[in-house]
Amino acid sequence: MPDVVLRTTGADSPDVEVDMSTTLGSLDVPDPVFTASGCAAAGLELAPFNDLTAIGGVVTKSIQLAARSGRPTPRMAETPSGMLNSIGLQGPGIDVFLDRDRPWLEEQGVRAVVSIAGGSVDEFAKLAGKLRGQPVALIEVNISCPNVEDRGQVFACDPNAAAAVIQAVRRTAPSQVPVFAKLSPDVTDIVSIARACVGAGADGLSLINTTLGMVIDPETMRPTLAGVTGGLSGPAIRPLALRCVWQVHAALPDTPLMGIGGIRSGTDALEFILAGASAVQVGTVIFNDPSAPTRISHELRAALAARGIARLRDVIGLAHRPPQLRVPETPDPPGDEPVIPDTAVVDRSGHVVTFEDAP
Amino acid sequence: MPAVQVRGEVLSVKQTGAYLAMTLVASGIAEQTRPGQFVALAVSGDDGSMLLRRAFSIHQVASRGVYGGTIEFIFSVSGKGTAWLAGRHPHDPVDVVGPLGRPFALPKDPANCVLVGGGYGAAPLFMLADALRKRGCRVDFVLGAANADRLFGALDAKRMAATVAFTTDDGSYGEEGRVSDVLPGVIDRVRADVVYACGPMAMLEAVYAVSAEAYGGAGIPTQVAVEESMACGIGVCMTCVLPVIGDDGQTRMVRSCVEGPVFAGDRIRWDALGTVPADTVGAIAAGATTAAR
Ligand SMILES: Cc1cc2nc3c(=O)[nH]c(=O)nc-3n(C[C@H](O)[C@H](O)[C@H](O)COP(=O)(O)OP(=O)(O)OC[C@H]3O[C@@H](n4cnc5c(N)ncnc54)[C@H](O)[C@@H]3O)c2cc1C
Ligand SMILES: Cc1cc2nc3c(=O)[nH]c(=O)nc-3n(C[C@H](O)[C@H](O)[C@H](O)COP(=O)(O)O)c2cc1C
Ligand code: FES
Repeated sequence: MPDVVLRTTGADSPDVEVDMSTTLGSLDVPDPVFTASGCAAAGLELAPFNDLTAIGGVVTKSIQLAARSGRPTPRMAETPSGMLNSIGLQGPGIDVFLDRDRPWLEEQGVRAVVSIAGGSVDEFAKLAGKLRGQPVALIEVNISCPNVEDRGQVFACDPNAAAAVIQAVRRTAPSQVPVFAKLSPDVTDIVSIARACVGAGADGLSLINTTLGMVIDPETMRPTLAGVTGGLSGPAIRPLALRCVWQVHAALPDTPLMGIGGIRSGTDALEFILAGASAVQVGTVIFNDPSAPTRISHELRAALAARGIARLRDVIGLAHRPPQLRVPETPDPPGDEPVIPDTAVVDRSGHVVTFEDAP
Repeated sequence: MPAVQVRGEVLSVKQTGAYLAMTLVASGIAEQTRPGQFVALAVSGDDGSMLLRRAFSIHQVASRGVYGGTIEFIFSVSGKGTAWLAGRHPHDPVDVVGPLGRPFALPKDPANCVLVGGGYGAAPLFMLADALRKRGCRVDFVLGAANADRLFGALDAKRMAATVAFTTDDGSYGEEGRVSDVLPGVIDRVRADVVYACGPMAMLEAVYAVSAEAYGGAGIPTQVAVEESMACGIGVCMTCVLPVIGDDGQTRMVRSCVEGPVFAGDRIRWDALGTVPADTVGAIAAGATTAAR
């Protein structure tokens, strides 16, 4: 490996070995940190800065059926602890991806999450069909796309349209590969969209995509972005993203979630895990720190170790436990010592609560 | 060797005319750097609110000596990130990624080379001049800026080049006018074979136009280093694109951080900068919805 410089990695607690593995539908991965779509291209450019086989995997830039040139520049604006982008899904199309990028990912042994984006239900279905027989770890469906058959209405903002896409993708996608729907936060009730996607066969959900914003240049007195509005991302949206994960996990505790939005450190990632995410994705922060996926994975491991947590799985959704659950401060009364597993918490009335499965 | 990310340390920040020269101790970058490449710096610290990297052309490198590898770049304060950099002191840490981008292509055989720099755009041309002279090339400089204070590297240029022509917009140094006003004369006088340029986009466009018309319209090749807004510098964000004609004659929106910043002048769609020309591969037909995120 070339130089990988990790910033401020917390001191590993040497006595706790942490099992970082997690499960996303039928996919088991040894590490919960992924790169986010559109922030890692197809992995190649990040390889000098990360061992991409050691993290959960790479989520590709959203791939479309045909080549797309994207939008004019300026395509970005920096905002406080974030940025706006209006790239417009530039990419070479799925055939070039399968010829050129996918073989590289396979040779390197990188788990590839393929993000797909279409303008109609049929396009999504065709894209999923093209992934049959391909070594794909997971399919992420970017439904924050305008539906050309419905006046550009974004699929992710309408439960029926979102469900139609997921159902079509689930039908044509390779059956052993989990399908995750990636949701937009720009909706009044994210839980209803989440339910619609899961009802249509989504094996899990990725939360969240960017939220729409804009900047006006006070010099030109015009919008800064050529596309006028753009997607806001970065730590600025982290509390919004965390709230979405929390709400969806509360409503659908058995659905695996990937938490995304402004994750910059291991403890940021831990917040998402505690809110109910089984894994996390790192996006905009990669632009600031190309080795962030590796660093965040190390920091998360250290954060778990420092808390005496031996398995990441044990804390997925843990923040949802009722507030009265605490390890009693007074010593146990004498008598037969109850056998309490490592991962257990004892509530005030003396009941042992374990978190083998997310509560 | 690919680019590296290192925790650099500020060695010095010095005023030079209207600019600042920052030298960083950053091992692993100096040894690899070729003329025209750049570094991308993180600003505002590990928890800072400015997330995007700032790109700067590498002016000089020293790969040996007391400090191991050092790199120097020249910058002007143009916004919050460069203001933060200007406030760094010796020993402060700065996270650096580099060297990045495609360097200037060098002629195989000795050739007469004119190097055109605008403002701080002159910074990468001195490493280039060195490399060209080592190959037996003749080097002539044309340096321009808004005023005398913003001319960078006049002394070095005089020391290294056969001749130097200076222009300033206000006439405070050299000839009053633009580099493109004097360039045709320089090309003819030195019998130039190739023009290299770095500076603002409008200057590059004018330099390309002059070079393409040189020798009564025969034209000579140009290598220009462009400056597009960048967020990552390493090729993952797709913000730094411009329309460029490929080997197959097709226009594509190309990332200037990995396929540039140096391009052959005749490959850039100068008339279409800031747009996606209709004949670009994958261009969306006018009027179609394009709101995908
Ligand atoms: C290849 C390359 C080489 C460069 N070399 C030099 C150099 O040698 N000396 C120098 O002074 N400047 C150079 N620049 C420009 C320099 O990157 C910008 O001046 C700087 O990023 C502005 O940062 P800021 O925080 O002060 O401005 P802000 O306007 O606050 O920056 C906001 C965001 O926009 C981007 N941005 C703004 N202006 C530019 C610009 N002109 N070019 C690229 N990105 C921009 C920044 O990277 C940042 O992400 C170079 C740019 C590129 C692309
Ligand atoms: C430049 C850029 C491009 C993006 N492109 C895509 C994309 O193609 N598909 C997608 O589903 N999300 C895309 N996203 C959204 C991210 O994957 C992520 O959901 C969002 O940025 C929030 O995470 P972050 O704050 O960690 O960046 C993009 C984000 C950025 C900043
Ligand atoms: S600056 Fe990010 S792709 Fe070029």
